[in-house]
Amino acid sequence: MRIGVITFPGSLDDVDAVRAVRLAGAEPVALWHADHDLRDVDAVVLPGGFSYGDYLRAGAIAARAPLVQDVVDRARQGMPVLGICNGFQVLCEAGLLPGALTRNSHLHFRNRDQQLRIERADTAWTGSYAEGQTIVVPVKNGEGRYVAAPAELERLEGEGRVAVRYVGGNPNGSLRDVAGVTSDDGRVVGLMPHPEHAVEDLTGPSTDGLGFFTSVLTAVVGA
Amino acid sequence: MVVDVVLKPEISDPQGQAVLGALGRLGHTQVTGVRQGKHFVLDVEGTPDEAELQQIAETLLANPVIEDVELHLPTD
Repeated sequence: MRIGVITFPGSLDDVDAVRAVRLAGAEPVALWHADHDLRDVDAVVLPGGFSYGDYLRAGAIAARAPLVQDVVDRARQGMPVLGICNGFQVLCEAGLLPGALTRNSHLHFRNRDQQLRIERADTAWTGSYAEGQTIVVPVKNGEGRYVAAPAELERLEGEGRVAVRYVGGNPNGSLRDVAGVTSDDGRVVGLMPHPEHAVEDLTGPSTDGLGFFTSVLTAVVGA
Repeated sequence: MVVDVVLKPEISDPQGQAVLGALGRLGHTQVTGVRQGKHFVLDVEGTPDEAELQQIAETLLANPVIEDVELHLPTD
C-alpha cells in the first residue's frame, strides 16, 4: 500500500504527513509537484503549508501544478485523495471539492487544539471512526473559513457532503461549522484541521488523527 | 488590460468590514459599506485576444465559486 505525499514549494507539513502514513502502516512515497509522475501510488495526501506563498489565493497556483492535474484525473477514477489545510484549499481550487476557503472571519491566524465531530464514517478517509465520534486534533490556519453560496451549501448538507464539523467552538467562522467535506463518491476528502499532528502521544494533543491514515488502508484494499 | 476581482455579494468580506470599522472610528460616517478586492494590470502584446483574456480572468485570476470578475480592455 503506497501513499504519496506531494511537496510543493512552500509545503510545511509534508514530513509530518509522511510520518503519519508510516505510523498507519503504509509505505509513504514522496512526490514532487513539478513531476508528471504519481509513482504507482494507491492514494495521495496533499499536505498543509503555503504552496507558492499563497500569492494569488490560497492553493490557487498549486492547483495548476502538473502533478495536481494527474491527481485530478486519477481521483475522478476513484483514487483516494486527502487534502489537509492548504491541501484542502488546493482541492477546492482544482475543482475536486465544492466551495472555497477564505480569510478567517476574525482575520487572525488561529492555532489551537480543536474538537471535531465525524459526520461521515463511510468515506475513504474516515472509515476508522464511528459516525458522531468526537476527536481532538490541532487546527492552525489564517484562511480556513469554509464558504459556499447559500443554495450550494444547502445542497451539500442535503447530500451529506459535510464529513467533519467543528464542535466546542468554531475557529475561523466557517459556515455551518464545516471542518471537512467529501466528494460525492467519498473518495476525496478535504480537511482544514491537521490530523497528521495528532498521531503520537509525545508530540500531539491526542493520537486521534491517525484514524484518517488507517482508514484509507481498508478503503484501497476493499476497492 | 485591467481585471478587477471582488468577493461575491453573498460571501462575507471581513477585510472590507475591518476597513469600514476603521473609517467609523475616524469619523467618516458617510461610508456605509466597503468591499475589498484585487486589481490586476496585464501587459498584452499585439491585439488582445478577448476570449483568451476572459478565460485567464475567470479560470486563474478569480475563483468563480466566491469571486466576481470584471475585465476592462484597453480602448484606443
